[in-house]
Amino acid sequence: MSNQYVNEPMLDLFIFESMQLLEQMEHLIISNEKSSSYASDAINEIFRIMHTIKGSSAMMLYNNISTLAHSMEDLFFVLREDKPQNVDYSELSDLVLEGLDFIKVEIAKIRNGDEADGNASDLIESLRFFYETIRGQEFNSIDQTIGGVIPSENRKPDKQQYYISKVRTETTSNRNTFEATLRFEEDCGMENLRVFGVVNDLGDLAEEYYHIPEDLDKEDSARVIKEQGFTLFLTTERSLDEIHTALIQTIYLKNLQLTQVENSESLNERHKERQILLEDYSVKVPTVCCPNRVDNEPEGKELHSTATQQSIISVSVAKLDQLMDLVGEMVIAEAMVTQNPDLKGLELNNFDKAARQLRKITGELQDTVMSVRMVPLAGTFQKMNRTLRDMCKKLNKEVQLQLIGEETEVDKNIIEHISDPLMHLIRNSIDHGLEMPDEREQLGKLRLGTIVLEAKNSGGDVLIIIRDDGEGFNKDRILAKAREKGLIQGPEDEITDKEIYNFVFLPGFSTNESVTEFSGRGVGMDVVVKNIEAVGGSISADSIPGRGTTITLKIPLTLAIIDGMNIKVGDSRYTIPTTAIKESFSPKMTEVIVDPDDNEMMMVRGQCYPILRLHDIYHVHTEVTQFTDGIIIMVEQDNKTLCIFADELIGQQQVVVKALPTYIKNTSKVIGLAGCTLLGDGSISLILDIAGLISFRRSA
Amino acid sequence: MADNGEVESQQEEVEDTQKGKFLTFCLGTEFYGIEIKYVTEIIGLQPITEIPEMPEYIKGIINLRGKLIPLMDVRLRFKKPFREYNDRTCIVVIDIKEIPIGLIVDSVSEVIAIPEEEIVAPPTMTKEGNKYIKGIGKVGTDVKLLLDSDKLLTETDFDNLR
Repeated sequence: MSNQYVNEPMLDLFIFESMQLLEQMEHLIISNEKSSSYASDAINEIFRIMHTIKGSSAMMLYNNISTLAHSMEDLFFVLREDKPQNVDYSELSDLVLEGLDFIKVEIAKIRNGDEADGNASDLIESLRFFYETIRGQEFNSIDQTIGGVIPSENRKPDKQQYYISKVRTETTSNRNTFEATLRFEEDCGMENLRVFGVVNDLGDLAEEYYHIPEDLDKEDSARVIKEQGFTLFLTTERSLDEIHTALIQTIYLKNLQLTQVENSESLNERHKERQILLEDYSVKVPTVCCPNRVDNEPEGKELHSTATQQSIISVSVAKLDQLMDLVGEMVIAEAMVTQNPDLKGLELNNFDKAARQLRKITGELQDTVMSVRMVPLAGTFQKMNRTLRDMCKKLNKEVQLQLIGEETEVDKNIIEHISDPLMHLIRNSIDHGLEMPDEREQLGKLRLGTIVLEAKNSGGDVLIIIRDDGEGFNKDRILAKAREKGLIQGPEDEITDKEIYNFVFLPGFSTNESVTEFSGRGVGMDVVVKNIEAVGGSISADSIPGRGTTITLKIPLTLAIIDGMNIKVGDSRYTIPTTAIKESFSPKMTEVIVDPDDNEMMMVRGQCYPILRLHDIYHVHTEVTQFTDGIIIMVEQDNKTLCIFADELIGQQQVVVKALPTYIKNTSKVIGLAGCTLLGDGSISLILDIAGLISFRRSA
Repeated sequence: MADNGEVESQQEEVEDTQKGKFLTFCLGTEFYGIEIKYVTEIIGLQPITEIPEMPEYIKGIINLRGKLIPLMDVRLRFKKPFREYNDRTCIVVIDIKEIPIGLIVDSVSEVIAIPEEEIVAPPTMTKEGNKYIKGIGKVGTDVKLLLDSDKLLTETDFDNLR
């Protein structure tokens, strides 16, 4: 099964852009809903987005998305033009978000190479209904104004008159009959779809309409339209101009002929007449020419970002990866040149100067390329708004989201892995942590709960903190559940609170008695942990009963390049990340203690640390087994310290981390190896994972 | 859209020309064959970096132009006695399901096409080596044991209890 996206560049572009637009629109809707009215700018933008999506999905032949977008566009058209009052914005938002979800699902299907076969007709129906309700409301409210039941005070009297004239009443003498002939561009394709759109639009404007060719579903109709143009007869009380404006918006329209005809004849007669005439092509009608309107497919390079106003270029991630790899290899090659064994011992001043310059530039290049891949977390955090809103609605809780530090940047790879866990954690907070609004009032808390999503840099990691002011973890329940599952080793009273809270991250763990739609199966946290660990991060939880819970995600800033100290054990080379090293020294036999279990330990300045012999645990053959011949490197991770015994130190170097080959990883997981790297002379050095070694030592 | 179809069928044809062709190498007295579509390259022996805690037949990894390739000694995999590496020893780099792996073999022989009719199913004995044999190919009077590449990789899971 291939994991690749469909390779057509246009399709990629379509997917990318549509996702961007959908996210933008979601953001707009949610923020507007909060203020419970839609600013006209917002409506314009939403209309524009839907229009774009309609056009591009029609072009890519995804008709279901296109028709849905069309309905939504209609809806916002009404909102924009008629500016109705008394719209139920909550319901509107729900509907629109449902529509967005549908489109998202379809696009996900497309991305996976599946058929986009969703049926949006129910949604379109609901949208239609809502649309009618809004327009109908106008009519109703007009009636009610006499009774004095005007919902808002913003209504101007002239507006009413305007609406009255628009309303379709039973009989009117203002009926006009028009004949329109539409010709499309030469190779626009799918003519029958386009006219279908036209007919749809007209459905509201015209009372009766009739078109040639009749059956738009037939394959032939496209050909007929292409050759003979699309002829439309309609009866309406709109004016010529209005019909003209409506028709001229058709995409790919080359030529529009619109004439008013005598309205005494019935359409059927016309039909017969017209048929004959069409075949003759001898109709001469004053043409109402329109300039070629080519509705542009969204151009790839433009990016409308509401978050920032910088000029932005979208680059394919594959290219960035390639760039990263190349820079990584350049770092290695540079090391190979400057640390070449041929140059050992030679006094080359000029060379050294040049080499230093090269080193400086390479370093800068590396930093810049790394930063290219960094993306601010703002986007991900904004997405959480939607989750929050949905959850609140479904559970009837009142929560607000506070974002701190969203301009913190993280590697692009990591962003993709974080958003799902974050979403899950927020759902957890709302579902389990935060109490119902009434309960909160009783407890003396604010009715509106708060979830704080914070991101900050700390050393080589990014910390993402999710803090809620709910009821916190229930220590006893967790302990009981852990006991039940037999997860407790050792005496219970020795377990710290933190350890108890971290139990929730174990697979299958849930203190929910029943399974709800959102949680309770005990699967979620496990998935979160796996996702975080997949990017090399860690997760921990803390809580104050009654006050709230804090979950902290620690994610490494960059995956690829670290500062490492190379050490030698026998013929093998290992690398220790310098951030973990505290000190190194030559041990004296007097400082070494052996305890009854044969564990060796070291006394340093009054503290006792365990010693790990690398050649022992990795079964490497080496001459150096006496402590006094080798060197001890003291490393620390998570407040635990370890002394590593090796033959000698080789040197410090910036190394490019390469993952262990998949085959090796699949075969078995080696404790204490985090990856490998290539040294200056081309040989391979294994990178030690300090945390793993520490746990090894404990259990050994 | 029509172009896509053409390209695809061309690709299939290209793959077809690789079907039925086997790279043969020898271990001791037997000749083994592996489908050429899996073989990426053949290189001479290089300094190997050992990886601790691996099964015996996984000798370690090598640096191949920046890529890390794990090495499997086929002799040890098939539970044959280990033989010292000499200058005829080669590494056959194969790529199965996007996982690259290098096979250390005594020597590499040639690429031959074995038509379908000349391939018979392996005898169903329960000897260790037979797990990996997909079929037996007859070339003239010689017999080549055709390897099942997937089994080479996946069978390891049973040996190592995680």
